[in-house]
Order: sequence, then C-alpha cells, then structure tokens
Amino acid sequence: MTERAPVPSVPPVPSVSPVPSVSPVLSVHGLSVRFRMPGGRRVAAVTDARFDVAAGECLALIGESGCGKSVLASALLGLLPGNAQTAGRALLGDLDLLAADERTFARTVRGRLIGLVPQSPAAHLTPVRTVRSQLEETVAELTGVRGGRRALREAAEAAAARAAFPPDHLDRHPHELSGGLAQRAATALALVGDAPLLLADEPTTGLDRDLVDRTVDELRRHVDRGAGRALLMITHDLAAAERVADRIAVMYAGRIVELADARTFFGAPGPRHPYSRGLLDALPDRAFTPVPGLPPELGALPDGCAFAARCDRATDACAVLPPPHRAVACHHPHAALTEAVDRA
Amino acid sequence: MLELLTVTAGYDRRAPVFRDVSLSVAPGEAVGLLGPSGCGKSTLARVAALLHRPDAGALHLDGTPVRHWRHRAPRALRTAFGVVFQQPRLAADPRLTLADLVAEPLRATGRRDEAAGRVAELAAGVGLTADLLTRRPHEVSDGQLQRACLARALVLRPRWLVCDEMTAMLDASTTAALVRVVEDYRAGTGAGLLAVGHDRVLLDRWCDRTVDWASLNSPAEH
Repeated sequence: MTERAPVPSVPPVPSVSPVPSVSPVLSVHGLSVRFRMPGGRRVAAVTDARFDVAAGECLALIGESGCGKSVLASALLGLLPGNAQTAGRALLGDLDLLAADERTFARTVRGRLIGLVPQSPAAHLTPVRTVRSQLEETVAELTGVRGGRRALREAAEAAAARAAFPPDHLDRHPHELSGGLAQRAATALALVGDAPLLLADEPTTGLDRDLVDRTVDELRRHVDRGAGRALLMITHDLAAAERVADRIAVMYAGRIVELADARTFFGAPGPRHPYSRGLLDALPDRAFTPVPGLPPELGALPDGCAFAARCDRATDACAVLPPPHRAVACHHPHAALTEAVDRA
Repeated sequence: MLELLTVTAGYDRRAPVFRDVSLSVAPGEAVGLLGPSGCGKSTLARVAALLHRPDAGALHLDGTPVRHWRHRAPRALRTAFGVVFQQPRLAADPRLTLADLVAEPLRATGRRDEAAGRVAELAAGVGLTADLLTRRPHEVSDGQLQRACLARALVLRPRWLVCDEMTAMLDASTTAALVRVVEDYRAGTGAGLLAVGHDRVLLDRWCDRTVDWASLNSPAEH
C-alpha cells in the first residue's frame, strides 16, 4: 500500500499538449513518487509528471535506464512497494489510480481497465502451467465466457490468435517458448480484458529487430482496432518508439523534460531539449555519440536542472529548476519551427 | 588470427545447434556477427571464447589449434579473451561490490596487487564513479552494471574481445558509450573483436565488417 504525502513541486503550468476532442483515456497530473530509504534518505523516483494519453493514441515514454519510467508504471498499477509515497492524480476515466485501494486495483483495474505487457515475459508467466491453462484462467476471470469447458477453450484460442500466438504451442510451458513467443503469450494475456489502456513496460527488451517490429505493431493494432483504446509504451528502444508512437514523452531523472509530436521529434526540426537531442545523437544511424557522463542519483538530485552537469548549453540560469515551457523543461531549448510551436 | 573452422556445436551431440560454421577474425579486426534470436550465434561466440567445447571442427588461435576449453584451457589462452554477455545481472556475482567485480580476474590470476590501480583506471574509462564502485549489483542500474562487466572484461588486457549482445538491454546513450570504450581499448591495444548481435545498424556502424549468420552455413536439421 502506498500513502499519499504532499511533495513539493514547481507551480503547475497550463498543459500545452494538443487538446483531444474527447476526454483522454489517462490523465496524469503532477504525479510524484518518493521512496523512503533506511537512514532517512529519500529517493525522488518520479517528480511532477503530467501528461495525457488520448483515445486512439500511443504515447511512448523514453529515457535512460534508471530514470523512473518503470516506477511510473508501477504507480499506475498500484504495484509500488510499501516504502513509496505518492502525490498528484492519475485519472483513468473517473477513477484516481493514486487514491485507489488494493481491492479496487485487484477487482477493477489490473487486466480490466489496464492491460499490462510486462518487461520480461518469461518471468511474468507462471512457470509450472501451460500457456493454454493461463489463458483459459484469464479468459474465465475477465470475460465471463458462458458455455463450459468448450467455450472457454475456444475463447482462449481466439485470445491467442489475437496476439498471433501459434495454436500448436498452447500446451507448452513458458520455458519451452522462445523469447518472441513468450512475448506474444504475455501480450495475449494483456489483451484478454479489452482494457481501455494498454501499459507496455519495455515490451521489446532483448528481442531482435523483426520481433520488436512485430510486437509493437500488434500493440498498435490493438489500439487502432477498438474505439477508446490507448497505449502507453515505456521503452528505451527509440526505433520501436518511432515506429508506433504518436507522441513522445522524454523522462530524465524522474521528470518529464519534453513532450513532443513523434514526427517532429524524430524528423525535422527534431527534439528541443538538449537531453532528447543527446539521446537521438547516440543512435548508431545518427552521430553514435553518447551523452557525456552519467545520470544523477535519484536520491541526490541537484536543486536546479538535473541535466545541467551533462549539458553543453548549461549556464548560470540552470541552477534554477526550469519550469516546463511549451512542453519543454529547459532554460535553453533548441529552436523549433514556428508552426511546430504553434501546433504545440 | 582467430579462426573457427567447420565448427559443429550444441548441447546435445545428436542435435547440434549448428553444423560446419567457419569464421575468422584478424588481429585488430572488428567482426560483427548478425543473426536472429535462437540461431546459434551465442553458442558460436562461446566456442570462440573458449567457453564451450565444440562437437566437431577446430578453433585456431594464431595458427595453433586450441585443444582445451573452459577450465581445462591453459591460463595464457583463457586470459587472452575478454567476454561481455547480454545480461549483466546474470554475469555478475551479487555478493561482490563493483570494484571487486572488476578486479576479480586479477585476483583469480594471482595479480591482486595490481587491482587498485587497474580498477581506478578502468572505472574512469567506462564512466563509473567512486561511489558506484562501492555498491553491489542490486544497487545499480543495468547500464551501470554492464559498464562494470565491460571493465572486468578489459582488466587483463585481452588480445581478443567477444561481446555477445553486449548492448541489447541498454539505452542508446549507454550503448554508444560502451562501444566507444571498446573501440578506444582496441585502438590502444590492437585487440580483435567478435561482436554478436541482431541489430544490423549497430553492427554496421561499429565493426569493420558484418557477417550474416545465414551466409556462414546451412543450419543443422532439428
């Protein structure tokens, strides 16, 4: 269980993301997560995150390992450990996920309102049961299929087919599956409940490029197939993000430092935050140059901009925390095309 | 010269993972081996690094056939190889601090007295701070742990580096940083590299030449 505690944050600024015509599937306002550590230390894993995910949209949350991406996912699913404190709101419809109790998460959220595609599918599946048995259990639990064993069996096979899981592998145990097939089994389980929000936490780690493409395409198809569905994909794989995302949120040291349209971000004029630029320049088909230095420790963040120590544009101004301005939290952002700014 | 000659290897003699694969790496050369998941490229990398005894075929190191693998290999051969694996968590003893992890090969070869100097030198090279060196694996991120694993692979100054999906778990910036460390080391020592992976863009950018697994042989019948 988590307890809510006020967390100091920068004053809210009006959201500048494109206003969706209907209310968003997920709306996160000032979400912060702190971990209390032995010796009175506090780790600021997520600080003042704010973003929406609209129906029909895929938002990719990108950043280096250890920047707080997965903690944000755990907060949305009520899976934070006991020493975590949260603040802010995360609205899924009328439900505030940060105020919900375990019973609500177990009975109405996990699998039903949020489908989770996990990071390491082989570890997520129950090792001692076949894929069929896990799918049938999930179908029975989430969909209330009537008509006995046979109907259940058919519904489970249909669920497997939706994620392109081959029917002749249904009677295998997780350890008998390749990484790609384990990923599809986990995806099939996540899709069973027809949840409005799919939350994919590093769904492509360790997969080869073909499997990455297939996996993210399946997730995208799920969003496109039904009205009112949305995908929040947490990833460090920029190619996967470029392939499926409509918008990109860049996280650094627990804060979302840039929110941008995916085409603007990966194409021209490119990202505006120097850190986002650095991430893209590290790609082997671009400059292949690392961002210098290491990310700061989340337990000992500087008072000002957390990226300043690694930033070639840093000045004295960076000793003060930059408020998000036009969806970029930086004192010296790169220029954007005027029309891009207008659109944002 | 590192030469794999018509190597057949696997984990069951009746059903090898691959048959008759040949591949060579010249001194100072960087060869990328590209293949899909499960094709056997990691097994080949293990054969090349003396970590897995092949069922048939030969491995020649500078013209001399290798006769023993794993702990049976003579120390001078074993220490000629530095290996970095895909998953740093599975490749790191959870009881060791990162400093001890990096120094482990020195300790295992009776060169403990060099440890302090080498660890400090390598930590600076791979970008590990003094604070990180005192932590154990569960207290650092995947990227930080892989930096330590790369430092460990370089600590004995190997003539050959085998990197098996070294960056598959890592973000773009850490990937570029680790590749730069490997290339700086190779530029300074003339070490050869076998980099195994499934990212063509990365291997093409990193290596002198990229070899497709499919071009090496016809896969064994299962």
